[in-house]
Amino acid sequence: MDNERKLTIARAMAEATAQEMRIDPRVFVMGEDIADLGGVFGNTRGLAEEFGKERVRDTPISETGFIGAAVGAAQDGMRPVVELMFVDFFGVCFDAIYNLMAKNTYFSGGKFNVPMVLMTSTGGGYSDAGQHSQCLYGSFAHLPGMKVVSPSNAYDAKGLMTAAIRDPNPVIYMYHKGLQGMGWLGTEKGAIVHVPEEPYEVEIGKARIAREGRDVTIVSIAQGVHHGLKAARILQDQGISAEVVDLRSLVPLDRDTIRASVAKTGRLIVVDEDYHSFGVSGEIIATVTETNLADLKAPPRRIAYPDVPIPFARVMEQYCLPNADKIVAAARELCGAVIPA
Amino acid sequence: MTPSRNTLGWMYEKMVASRHFEELIEKIYMEGKTPVFNMANGPIPGEMHLSNGQEPVAVGVCAHLTPDDIVTATHRPHHQAIAKGVDLKKMAAEIFGKATGLSGGRGGHMHIFDAEVNFACSGIIAQGMGPAAGAALSRKLQGKPGVAVSFIGEGAANQGAFHETLNLAAVWKLPMIVVVEDNAWGISVAKEASTAIQCNADRAAAYGIPGHYIPGNDPLKIYEVAGEAIARARRGEGPTLIEVETYRLAGHFMGDAEGYRPDGEKDALFAKDPIPNLRRLLVSDHGFTEAELDEIEDKARAEIEEAIAFARQSPDPKPEDALTAVFA
Repeated sequence: MDNERKLTIARAMAEATAQEMRIDPRVFVMGEDIADLGGVFGNTRGLAEEFGKERVRDTPISETGFIGAAVGAAQDGMRPVVELMFVDFFGVCFDAIYNLMAKNTYFSGGKFNVPMVLMTSTGGGYSDAGQHSQCLYGSFAHLPGMKVVSPSNAYDAKGLMTAAIRDPNPVIYMYHKGLQGMGWLGTEKGAIVHVPEEPYEVEIGKARIAREGRDVTIVSIAQGVHHGLKAARILQDQGISAEVVDLRSLVPLDRDTIRASVAKTGRLIVVDEDYHSFGVSGEIIATVTETNLADLKAPPRRIAYPDVPIPFARVMEQYCLPNADKIVAAARELCGAVIPA
Repeated sequence: MTPSRNTLGWMYEKMVASRHFEELIEKIYMEGKTPVFNMANGPIPGEMHLSNGQEPVAVGVCAHLTPDDIVTATHRPHHQAIAKGVDLKKMAAEIFGKATGLSGGRGGHMHIFDAEVNFACSGIIAQGMGPAAGAALSRKLQGKPGVAVSFIGEGAANQGAFHETLNLAAVWKLPMIVVVEDNAWGISVAKEASTAIQCNADRAAAYGIPGHYIPGNDPLKIYEVAGEAIARARRGEGPTLIEVETYRLAGHFMGDAEGYRPDGEKDALFAKDPIPNLRRLLVSDHGFTEAELDEIEDKARAEIEEAIAFARQSPDPKPEDALTAVFA
């Protein structure tokens, strides 16, 4: 379509933030390299030029300090949008995130709100090894008191960012590096979609059916959605109709949409670039088996990152990552298709 | 900077109130915990960190603050909360875990939050510093008045959050004061065994900000130094680090046998109890009469007793309310 305005996730995030900053003086942005550089992953590009370096402030490399500060600013009535450059860096600042940001609303009996957005990059696939490639979705979603979202495309990226900034609660906004549209990280074309110019919200806690199907449900988030869509296209040629559910939000989790899809297809595959055990994939499966076991025609499957630190060597990392081929193989098994030798 | 007569009376009143609050808490805490001490029993379960002896720091600093200014405090927060003007009844009820508590019983004694007077505390060492810096940043960005004071203990000065936040506050010239209550002990570890330098105030030099050490647990000296630092912050000249020598007259927590203290230390500390000291000084140097001070004490005590009675009589929260207030 000629009137389509296609944006990358990075640009969509920056646009949503800029639009909120224009209408709400409480919104400000801070993090490492987010001002002049526009964010290592492009998601704050243009903000410092428009709003100046008071409202778009580079921080020292001091995550405990500035994330703790964001909590205090949020409690004092501001709406900080803060960047934790790589989610892997949560190791140096989780006290500020989990013991302060996520708990102060509860410990204050709801008297202190902490309306802040913590944006953080996730995901690997580009040989950055295990301190710069994790997803850690489950680690954040496990702990109560913070919402957790992750977009798979630019439309959702903008709407989720707008909703996150306006939310009175802390929101962990996890953006997958492979979807940012930064050439140097590879580009997932499916993430670059039409984005309306005017501000809009994508409701936090509502999943989206990314593709309708009859035979098997593939549930995922962020990059995994694209693996699922690729697999669904391959499966279609093989006579299997796959439905792809894009969760968009882990907290709250849209359990109804997952259950409804599995009620229709009777088969469930969860694709998770986070670690296999004790994580999102197990939670999704429990969501179905706890209440809707009878809907399942086959045992649910998960395609997740094995329980090992993420290796550097390309062949090793690629071996571990979820991909469309793994999903196709699982779907064929579940659907009782003959697997060629 | 000398406090006015009114302020002196206020300081004395709040010190007495804090001490009496803790005397009553101490007594009630032990109900149901004898002969066998089990922290989970009695009307006040859980850990209990008393602040008696450290009252001069709280009043010397908070005398300069308005309800609009921000305080973040520690796991030992009662004296600071009382000096900041936290609602006594609701605070007492929170410590008892009652429905009428500041947070409906969700927080307890280490998580006292009173939005009315911008007071928050938390249970992890040096944790309040970041939020204090952020609140100070908030005021700066909004062009609104207000300073943020973060109270910490001397043990917190070895935490990463201490150094990260001081750097942040200094590089952004935030209206923030960090007050280190040096009570000489991090639970059982003496300051000299844990800290590479004698005086944490010296660490201010590393961040290019003023640092002051105040010996003697002296409320008037604390008042003077804090007053200058707070005025400086209000003028937009940036943060100050203050370390105060103070005394923890109790153990780290109730139930602490304090075997780590050298013989005679406790007696020596009680001999320097800052409350009778201030009382003597108010009579000798500031023209207060004994009758006047008795009246102040009576008023403070009555208010505390009323708060404790309110807490005692308040209902427990509904158990299922545990599931509410996770999100706004």
